[in-house]
Amino acid sequence: MSIWEYANPKKFMQTSAWLLPWAVGLTVLCLGIGLIWGFFFTPDDYKQGATVKIIYIHVPAAMMAINVWVMMLVTSLIWIVRRHHVSALAAKAAAPIGLTFTLIALVTGAFWGQPMWGTWWAWDPRLTSFLVLCLFYLGYIALWQAVENPDTAADLTGVLCVVGSVFAMLSRYAVNFWNQGLHQGASLSMDAKENVSDVFWLPLLICIAGFVLLFIALVLMRTRTEIRTRRAQALMARERLA
Amino acid sequence: MIALLIRDLRLAFRTGGGFGLGLAFFLLVAVLVPLGVGPEGGTLGKIAPGILWVGALLACLLSLDRIFALDFEDGSLDLLATSPLPMEGAVAVKSLAHWLVTGLPLTLAAPALGILLNLPPAGYGWLVLSLALGTPALSVIGTFGAALTVGLKRGGLLLSLLVLPLYVPTLIFGAEVVKRGAAGMEVATPLALLAAITAGAAGLLPFASAAAIRVNLR
Amino acid sequence: MEMVVTDLAVARGGLVVLEGVGFTLRPGQALVLRGPNGIGKTTLLRTLAGLQPPVAGRASVPAESLAYSSHADGLKATLTAAENLVFWASVYGTGTVEAALAGMNLLSLRDRRAANLSAGQKRRLGLARLLVTGRPIWVLDEPTVSLDTASVALFAGVVRAHLAAGGAALIATHIDLGLDEAEILDLSPFRAAPGAFAHGPDRGFAEAFG
Repeated sequence: MSIWEYANPKKFMQTSAWLLPWAVGLTVLCLGIGLIWGFFFTPDDYKQGATVKIIYIHVPAAMMAINVWVMMLVTSLIWIVRRHHVSALAAKAAAPIGLTFTLIALVTGAFWGQPMWGTWWAWDPRLTSFLVLCLFYLGYIALWQAVENPDTAADLTGVLCVVGSVFAMLSRYAVNFWNQGLHQGASLSMDAKENVSDVFWLPLLICIAGFVLLFIALVLMRTRTEIRTRRAQALMARERLA
Repeated sequence: MIALLIRDLRLAFRTGGGFGLGLAFFLLVAVLVPLGVGPEGGTLGKIAPGILWVGALLACLLSLDRIFALDFEDGSLDLLATSPLPMEGAVAVKSLAHWLVTGLPLTLAAPALGILLNLPPAGYGWLVLSLALGTPALSVIGTFGAALTVGLKRGGLLLSLLVLPLYVPTLIFGAEVVKRGAAGMEVATPLALLAAITAGAAGLLPFASAAAIRVNLR
Repeated sequence: MEMVVTDLAVARGGLVVLEGVGFTLRPGQALVLRGPNGIGKTTLLRTLAGLQPPVAGRASVPAESLAYSSHADGLKATLTAAENLVFWASVYGTGTVEAALAGMNLLSLRDRRAANLSAGQKRRLGLARLLVTGRPIWVLDEPTVSLDTASVALFAGVVRAHLAAGGAALIATHIDLGLDEAEILDLSPFRAAPGAFAHGPDRGFAEAFG
């Protein structure tokens, strides 16, 4: 059995129905443990005080904002190359989730930046990149909304996603070139000197896992909805014709 | 291909509008900004590179929806798609025609508007050079946006939403060239990056635009 | 220069409208497509012209041999009649437009802008475009819309001359062109069963949408 079997909508509906409760349960578990541990059982930072705790939402949301776009790029490419409808619908389902993660990252960042940098917003490269990413999500979603024929919409948004990815990378590079910025370096990386200190590390990792699971649960739910909507539309079109 | 270029240019000249509209808009931006910001020469000179680039970008945006819309409505896009002309070539020619009608006049008019905005003397050469190198990318990227939205009833606003994020790198490097040039700093890096974006966009995007057109004609 | 269509299925808006369409168009032959509104004549012609992919079956058309003419004329209002034709002549790499103008009786209108032509004159100009393509197989969608009887006869003469020169024509039309030699293909038997969905290679989708 090849992996493409799961691209069959019927198979996808069966598998996702089985998978969904597990995804939801694990999401609740991970986010519950991670957030409670992070908020109540870690010390305040000696410089940042309690505001540091926003890291448990800010960092996972920011990571997912980018990962969701990458997932959309992959599913768009699968649609363009192999014409699996589930893949296109998954990309469509993921976009609003990605936009929400981007907005969460921007808003929590503003709340964090206000006490730390003394400003809600700065044209720092990371912040600016996220604002641009937000615009990319908006354009992608708007194109899905505007085109009536679902296959045409899937093709056009697929092309936009591929071209947009290239330009998003260029923008990231351009924005770095344009302003060096205030934002601290990566919170998690293989380079030990850059990392956040150990007490914050484990709950943060659990929170990130929780956000990944949250995304999986949401995207499964939304893709199921999209497939059912397509089915309903197809049946209605057939009714009209008969 | 040359026939298509000549036809598009002839249409642009005869119909008017498209040709002068972008320029008039560009002029309006250069007049309105000092009215809003205040007449101090120092401030204006400092923001002039950015204002001129943003103005040129918005003026370009203004005429994008006309690239394919008229050909789509009167059926000539269908006929072009069934003609021996490759769609990629037709799309590239349309971008070129759009640049000749909008980007090139904007580039030539920019120094005059630079005077209005008190651009430092060292900046004029870089302003013209950066616009000459950067506006083709605006036309090519805009053609891609127009190809995605051709056939949509209210595509104009959507077109802006799709195209503006794609304009970010071009805007940043273009304005950076003028800013640095005006301040007497080295400009080679942003200039090279700007040229690279234009070359890359002109070389690759017509394929994506042609694919979008074919999907939209289906 | 034969067009062979075998077991072709075409879709409009994701629904299959025609299936099992098959015919052969030989040089010198004219085929008139008939069928009620909405049966999919335009969709079939657009598929044959390569504007949209077929759902099933195949249409083998020799490359670079087909000239398509749609409902719309594709004329530019601000260009003169001659300029409109010259553009298409250079796109197709054929030389002169005089014969085409003469053929559709447009010589006296050659320097008039398309905006100032009547609907019938515009249609004649749109059809004159076929003559400058130099292509042997004409695929025509309702070519006689807004033509008067004299112009229809003129057009029938042009088609007849094209056939005599070894060309072929596939014409979707409701009116009698006066082309007695044309064969008629009624599309009604090829109407697709309701509920046939066009979902390309992704058969599972149709299955899930049962």
